[in-house]
This record gives sequence, C-alpha cells and structure tokens, in this order.
Amino acid sequence: MTRLLCALSALALFAAPAFAKDQIRIVGSGTVYPFTTTVAEAFGKATGKKTPVVEANGSGPGIKLFCAGAGDDTPDFVDASRAMKKSELEDCNKNGVKDVVQLTIGYDGLALANAKGGPALSLTKQQIFMAMAKQVPDKDGKLVDNPYKMWSDIDPALPKVKIVILSHPATSGTRSSIEDLILNPGAKTFPGLKDLADKDAKAFEAVFKTLRTDGGFVEAGENDNAIVQKLAADPNTFALFGYANVSLNGGKVQAAKVEGEAPSVEGVQTGKYKLSRPLFVYAKKDHMAAMPDMAAFVAEYMSAKAIGSDGYLADKGLIPLPAAEFKAQVDAAKAAKSLTPDQLK
Amino acid sequence: MPELARSPRTIRRYRNETIFRWLCVCAIGITAIFLVFLLANLTIKAIPALTQKTITLAIKIDPEKVDAANVAAGDFPAFLKDSISAEFPETTDKSEIKKLAKLISSSVVEDLQRKVTAQPSLIGQTISVNAPLTADADSFLKGIQATVSPTGDNSEFEEAALQTLQKQGKIQSPFAWSLLTNGDSRAPEKAGLLGAFMGSLYIILITLVLALPLGVSAALYLEEFARKNRFTDLVEVNINNLAAVPSIIFGLLGLAVFLNIFGLPRSSPLVGGLVLALLVLPTIIIASRAALRSVPPSIKEAALGVGASHQQAIFHHVLPLAMPGILTGTILGVARALGESAPLLMIGMVAFIADVPTKITDAATALPVQVYLWSSLPEAAFRSRTSVAILALLIMLLCFNALAIWLRKRFERRW
Repeated sequence: MTRLLCALSALALFAAPAFAKDQIRIVGSGTVYPFTTTVAEAFGKATGKKTPVVEANGSGPGIKLFCAGAGDDTPDFVDASRAMKKSELEDCNKNGVKDVVQLTIGYDGLALANAKGGPALSLTKQQIFMAMAKQVPDKDGKLVDNPYKMWSDIDPALPKVKIVILSHPATSGTRSSIEDLILNPGAKTFPGLKDLADKDAKAFEAVFKTLRTDGGFVEAGENDNAIVQKLAADPNTFALFGYANVSLNGGKVQAAKVEGEAPSVEGVQTGKYKLSRPLFVYAKKDHMAAMPDMAAFVAEYMSAKAIGSDGYLADKGLIPLPAAEFKAQVDAAKAAKSLTPDQLK
Repeated sequence: MPELARSPRTIRRYRNETIFRWLCVCAIGITAIFLVFLLANLTIKAIPALTQKTITLAIKIDPEKVDAANVAAGDFPAFLKDSISAEFPETTDKSEIKKLAKLISSSVVEDLQRKVTAQPSLIGQTISVNAPLTADADSFLKGIQATVSPTGDNSEFEEAALQTLQKQGKIQSPFAWSLLTNGDSRAPEKAGLLGAFMGSLYIILITLVLALPLGVSAALYLEEFARKNRFTDLVEVNINNLAAVPSIIFGLLGLAVFLNIFGLPRSSPLVGGLVLALLVLPTIIIASRAALRSVPPSIKEAALGVGASHQQAIFHHVLPLAMPGILTGTILGVARALGESAPLLMIGMVAFIADVPTKITDAATALPVQVYLWSSLPEAAFRSRTSVAILALLIMLLCFNALAIWLRKRFERRW
C-alpha cells in the first residue's frame, strides 16, 4: 500500500519532464472544430507527423487555457468563433504569452432554417427579435410580455403558422453570435429600446438577451445534427444555427431570407447577408521556435487548398474569405505579426 | 365442506392484490418497451454504416509518375484518376474525371502511397484495389441521400456514373472493417473506433490497477481493523457522500492535481484512468465492505481460534470468500467509469485524435466521448456512425456485466 503510493508519487514527479512535446495541441471553439480537425488530419497525412490534437471546449474556455502560460503543457493554437477580447490578450501577456498571431480563416453564417416543404419566410432582424424575445415593446413603446403566437401576428404578410424556433443554450458561442448579430440590432430598431440602450446598457441587455419561455423559443442543445432531425419531423419548426448545417443538409432544409437576402457564400462574402461572423485561429508564436511543425500547420491552414474558395474546408461548410481578403490573410499569416491589445475591443 | 364466506374485506384485499400485481407488470412492461425502442432505433440507424460500398479498380503504378528513390514525391492521385477514367472511356473532359475521382475515398491514395513505399517493386505493375467510395456516394447508393452532393447542388453526372457502375456489378458492399481498424477521421468513410476503443481500454486498465487495491485495502481497514469511533463514522459518511458526487467534479480535481501540480500529459489515458479511479473508488469501497461483511464471522473466528494471526485469517479465509462480491462491485463500478465522458472534458480527452494511442501517455479519447463528438458533426454520414459507436459501447458494457455475473455464479458461496 505505502509502497504503491510511493511508486505512484515517484512516477508523477519523474514523469513530468520525460514527456517531451512533439504534438501540436489545439483547443477552443466547437464551431471551428470541424474545420481545424480537417486541416489537422490533412497536415498529419501530408507530413507524416503526429496529427494535432484538437479539443472542442468552447471559445472562452479555450482562450483561457491558451493564455494560461507559455509553458510546454499549454496549447499552441486556439480556435475562436469570435475575436479575442482585449482583456483576454492582456491576460495572455501578463501570463507570459508575449506573441499571439491572429489568423482569420473564413466566415460562418447564421441561418434561420426549416424543412423543405414548410413555409418559406423572409424576415427582418426586427421581426426575428419580435419572434424570440420575452418582452417586446407594444404600440406605445411600453415593454409587454411577447404577444406574438403566430408569424402572422408579427406581420399579416407572414404565414399563419405558430412560432417555434429552436436554438442553442445560452452558454454556446452560437447564442452569443445570435445576440450580437440579430437580437441586439433587432431590438435597437425600436426607438424606445435604442434610448434605453444609450441610457442604461444593462437594462437593455436584459431585454434583448432574455428570450421567451412560452414555447416560442426552445433551447434544443448544441447538437446541430439532432436539431436538423427535429426540423425534418415538423416543417413548421424553425432553427437558428450555423449556416454550415443548411449547406450540408441542402436537400432537407431551407433557409429564410433575412433583410431581403438568402444566406449564400456570395452573400456573406459581399456582406449583403448580414448574419455572418468571421472565424479565427490564434497561434502562440512563443512556441514556434521550439516547434517547427507549427509553422507548417499554419501554412497548411492558410493555403488555397484548405481555406481557398475551392478548398476542402468549403466542402465542410466554411464560407471562404473573398479573394482579396484571402490574399491579405495569407500574407499576414506569413508575416506573423504579434497582436497588440489596442487592435482588439 | 362449507364454502368459506367471502367477506367484503376479503374481496377488497383480493382485488387490491390483483391491481398491485398488474401495476408491477406494467412497470416492467414500460421499461421493456423503452429498452426495445432504444435498441431498435439504434440498430436501424446503425445498419447503413455497417457496410461500405467499394469499387474494384485496376490501378497502374506508372513508373513515369513515381520514382523508386523518392516515392513520397510521386503523383499518386494521378494513378487513381487514370484508373477511374479507364472505367469510363467515353469521358474525356478533365473536370468530369476529377468529379469521378472525387467519388472515391482519399484513403485509396494514402493506402497506395503506403504500399508502394513499403514495396517499391510495385512500380510499373497494375494492382487491383477495393476502393471505398466517399460517404456521400455511399449514402446515395444506399438511398439515404437523394443526391450525391450534400448541399443539394446539381450532381446528376456523378449519380449517373454511380448507377452505371452499379448496373455493371462493379460495386460491392462488404462489411465496413474500417470502423474497427481505423482511428478517428473527419472523412466519415475513414472514421473508425479503434482509437477510442484503445483509449477506453487503457483508461480501464489504469482504473482497475489503481482502484482495486486501494479500494479493497480501504474496505479491509474499515471492516477489520478500524475501531468504531467518531473518526471512522466521519470517513464512512464521506465515502458514501463521494459516491454520489457528480462526475464533472472529479474532472476538475484531475485538472487541478494531475495536470497542474504533477504536470502529467493532457489528454492522456494515464490521467483519465487516475481521475476515473477516484470516481469509482467510493463504489468499490462500499461494495467491498458489503462483501467482507457477508462472510460469516465464524470463519474468521475459527481461523483465529486455531492460532492464525489476524492478517492470516483475512488473507487466507475472509478475502477469498469475499472476492466474488468485491469483483462484481468493482466491475460494475468500472462499467460506470467506461460510460463517463463529463470528467474527461476537463482533462482534455474530448478531442479530435486521429492517431491510435500506443501507450498510456499518448493523447487519446474514449468511446462515450467519441459518441458525443460524432453526434455533433454536421455531416449526415456521421449520424449512423454515432449509432454504431453507441452500439459498440453497449456491447462493451454488456461484456463487462456478463463477466460480473459469471464471476458471481462461478465463485459464489452460500452459507
């Protein structure tokens, strides 16, 4: 018993320095995970090196791990479905991670989708806000509990179908994109709420972030595959999630037009389709000297065959960068300039 | 013989008895329906993934395109394109040949390269290969997908080509061995469970090696040596309490202690095993104590009476008799550990790991984690593979539980 314990602790003490690092470690966003894993696999196959380990633990937790320090046991890259925050980079720098390089790999769009054969909608951000929020302004601008049960209650031109929208729980990165891209601007279209946003940001946040609980909005978990199956079961149910789910299930689901534009690769690239966000990978330059593989991995990622418009990630649902921006990002990746806090929000 | 008068009370009692019995039958019926529904649902969903459509191709290793001195630089995708265009002599358009080549899994090119590297004498020869189709082509032929293109784009050319090949009888549909022999991959037709299976196996071995001796020793101390006092009461309450702690807490503990303090490698089965050993330790202690308590005291007393020491009495008599119960408890505890994924999230085992782990310090994942990862991928073909992974996990659990039952039946003693 004692001997076993001694052996164990000895193992633990001596083991630590024995694990030389020979494998790239990546953490972060679940949205970027399907893309980074594909690149990781291609990298492993092409170079014969160990395939990088890619964890899917969310943008926030991923950045926290990434910024914990510059030691060997910390991740080399972090995937993020939003830009790193200024405070996070400052935290990084404070912990000894001096050089972080930002790579923009492409876009992800949000889409409001339902099964083919169901009603095809064309909505504005305001209407989506009206369909999802717990409290909406009435005619006089006073906040009341959401009275809209049917889409036709919002606008008589919309079909007479009960509002049911499925989406991710509040902890997911997709949900924070929904808040930033739809609910916040949608709420601000009401003059009363815009005033509130200027006067009392906290109270405004509570209005647009609190979603209805009367069945009109349903938290359906983070499993997009399961959500697609729920859509197929009821054509009147809508889901608000990543555009990749629509493009990879093109035969089954259709996406609603938002602000007059249906989601498409071109729409996102030209900025006509408003519900899109850039996706990032951050590299820890501090590790690059000791790990030459990292530069090779960046080269694989920031190449036309991966993130280019005909690249293998486009097949996986990534919306590629427009040609000019692609070139700029590839050059930026080669230059590998470190990020400074004043570049971030 | 006069018939017994049935008083209203007796009738009521009989009626209650019948109702109660039927309620119990309903309970087991409902449980059975749920179980059958779950298993049937899983099996039906898993069936499409169990076979893999392949096409037999004659691939010529053109000596002009590969040099024996530098095999890695050879143009292997070109061999595939040449052989597929030989199947469709009337197709000459380059972009159409490219479309056709895209129907074949990229594993073919990788296999080819590996084969030629190992055996350069193949250069110049024509080899016959059973080439797996991509998951999209596979799903189309199985009728799961209406079009080859998952995006709903026009892919009539590919569909016509596949149907021609099928009519010519060139497409077979053997068992998808890649599910058992490959590690994880982002291409559904290449993705397999071997990596997750090996990860689970290593984790369980480490869990067993650590938790069994520790758990049994702790149980022995508490049952045989410890004096009943406030301290042992406190220990007992804590052990029972720990058995009910949510598993994610153990993951946090593992992160803080094994990764941050001891610096053990992240994502490794070593750390996973350590964490799960902590998780099942209370279960094992409780089961072992129950097993030790069920050994009649007369046996130990007889041993002590003929002059055996306390230690001899325990090791020669009590422990062997308690062993079936201990092992059953241990196996059930380990089976629970096998199904855990929450604590593994904190120690970095919820990750894409393509390489099959070969030692306990390699990065690895586990079967329940693989289920979770596959279920959240957008590709439709991963849906049926998720069901296969769940079935594999269920079969592994079934084996564990069957082993527990066998051990109990084999070694159990009744007094």
